[in-house]
Amino acid sequence: MNKNAWYWPLLLALWMVVLTLPIFVIRVNTVVGEVTWRWQNALGLALLVALGTYAARAYRRLQDNAAAAGQTSGLQRVRQRVLTQYDHLKARAGAGKLRLLGSVALAVVLVAFPFAAGLFQTGIMVRALIFVMLALGLNVIIGLGGMLHLGYIAFMAVGAYTYGILYRFFDVGFWLAVPAAALVSTVAGVLLALPVLRLRGDYLAIVTLGFSEIVRIVINNLTELTGGPQGIPGIPKPWLLGLDLSLRQSTRYMYFVALAFVILLVFVMRRFENSRIGRALTAMGEDEIAATAMGVDITRSKLVAFALGSFWAGIAGVIFAAQNSIIVPSSFSIAQSVIVLSCVVLGGMGSIRGSIVGALALILIPEYLRGFSDFRILIFGGVLVVMMIFRPGGLVPKQRKVYTVDTEHLTGEST
Amino acid sequence: MNTDFFFRLLFSGLTRGSIYALIALGYTMVYGIIKLINFAHGEIYMIGAFTALITAGALGFAGFPPILILLLAGLVAVIYSAAYGFTIEKIAYRPLRSAPRLSALISAVGMSLFLQEYVRLSQTSNFIAFPRLLPELPIPGGLQGIVTSPQAFILITTAVVMILLTLLIRYTKIGKAMRATSQDRTMAMLVGVRVDRVISFTFIIGSATAALGGLLISSFVGQINFFIGFLAGIKAFVAAVLGGIGSIPGAVLGGLILGMAESLAAGYVSSVYEDVFAFVILVLILIFKPSGILGRPEVQKV
Repeated sequence: MNKNAWYWPLLLALWMVVLTLPIFVIRVNTVVGEVTWRWQNALGLALLVALGTYAARAYRRLQDNAAAAGQTSGLQRVRQRVLTQYDHLKARAGAGKLRLLGSVALAVVLVAFPFAAGLFQTGIMVRALIFVMLALGLNVIIGLGGMLHLGYIAFMAVGAYTYGILYRFFDVGFWLAVPAAALVSTVAGVLLALPVLRLRGDYLAIVTLGFSEIVRIVINNLTELTGGPQGIPGIPKPWLLGLDLSLRQSTRYMYFVALAFVILLVFVMRRFENSRIGRALTAMGEDEIAATAMGVDITRSKLVAFALGSFWAGIAGVIFAAQNSIIVPSSFSIAQSVIVLSCVVLGGMGSIRGSIVGALALILIPEYLRGFSDFRILIFGGVLVVMMIFRPGGLVPKQRKVYTVDTEHLTGEST
Repeated sequence: MNTDFFFRLLFSGLTRGSIYALIALGYTMVYGIIKLINFAHGEIYMIGAFTALITAGALGFAGFPPILILLLAGLVAVIYSAAYGFTIEKIAYRPLRSAPRLSALISAVGMSLFLQEYVRLSQTSNFIAFPRLLPELPIPGGLQGIVTSPQAFILITTAVVMILLTLLIRYTKIGKAMRATSQDRTMAMLVGVRVDRVISFTFIIGSATAALGGLLISSFVGQINFFIGFLAGIKAFVAAVLGGIGSIPGAVLGGLILGMAESLAAGYVSSVYEDVFAFVILVLILIFKPSGILGRPEVQKV
């Protein structure tokens, strides 16, 4: 079959319609005994597939023609222009000054946000910040270490329930719960990692997936300790010098607490990335055998990655518990783990900025496009596949540290 | 201890185990050939069950006799699941065949989620009743009260499928090509095996057996929803690892052992933590014998 024939997209559309006929078109109600045929679905899908394929083909042809004529495509030209403008600006103002200006502007926006936005918006932002923390934490395991972890949310559950249980039985507050939860989830992470460290990545994926489900089942069934499916209600917000905060004030305070942890985490990650162990981890993620040959202790690097990732997930869990004031097992489902994974993959594995961008995009966009909320997980699944095929580096790919040698200076010296 | 109770558990374990084995076959064959855990495999099984339900429902209202419904629903489910398996491989795995392993794995996870949501959104998120298609035939005296007719039906079907599959892989040309591809893909290509076709064929066969498993277990249990593929997928994977991933008799053995172990644990220990049990087994194998019962230890090559 010829993929370039004019009728190929039509065949493709026909195949997809036939394929999706029973599930997408026919619906059977076994109780009442009636069959509904939704032909509009089939028609929509056929149009989408056929037109999409024609469009993709036209786009490719356009690009090929441009490349053959030695031109750059429209998008590339725009990108080029923006970059030149930026370079001009940098040359005129000095890179340091520009960066300072950017940082100040960002800081102003971040500080002003909870005062400018309403209570609801601030709440959403706190949720997004929690996911930024999770994405950054998972980034260490998957982005640097190259290990597919599908149960990351379980460690957040461990952290959240550590706080919940400590509060319920010992009346422990937020600030004491943070180190406790971090410790407990780190231990849990290391215990999970130990048996699978010697094995290849595929097993790790399924073990972490299973582990996450086990954590949920156990929490669901230990009713005396965790409240079972009803969860633990009434978890307090963080303590601030004994002040009695109003709802508005405490939400703002929550925002700043989350923001502070995110900033701390970004700082830690930036230091970690180029540290000895961080570089060892990156090497391992790229090629385990080569890394071993270069003297990297694989087991130790993996353990560190797991410990660090779980540590921050635990803290994120405490913030999550305080923000929601109730925790139930169903908030820690597999789908949540996959959302965090999508954040990392969309942003760019191994890239700190990427994880932040990915998490903000994937949490904030669905919040504001409520009409899409039902299709959220569907789109996330699609995003994972499409990103892997077309842009495996993510939106903001990891930038490798490049060391340059001043050759002119060197040759000058030697002569 | 009551022996009747023990034998009932044993047979329910065998039934469950044969379903795990049917699903595990797909995992193990795909893994054997392209070294990828096909996360979407559990979803293929779920889609098979849904297709069977829809066909059976539509035919049932049209007034077809039950035995014909069973055959037609089974046929449609098998064909459709095979088509899904074939299409998924083309869309999500083929473009990534030379990409790093992590990329293919993430793509598989995405595909699995996508299919789950596709079924949830276009059908329903609730459990729906599945018609009891398996025939109720009289059971010979000694086994009465221990094994039911649907259970016997499942056991016999699974055995037949296993035998056919073994024959296919051992004696046909495509079976030989599959074995060659799983041993060394490049070498197989050099001697003229059409590797792309062999991989497609593997997906088709694996998906077809999974669909059969989906049809059988759903009409045995009597209800399905869009999420059944998840747990079944994990357990079948455990079965594949237990038997030795990449080995076909291993998948069958692993499935049966896991099914019986689960059934006995649920009967004698606790049924709340039934699902935890498979996971404990997985971790224990991975620690003590990662190559499984019948698998060959993997040698790392550069």
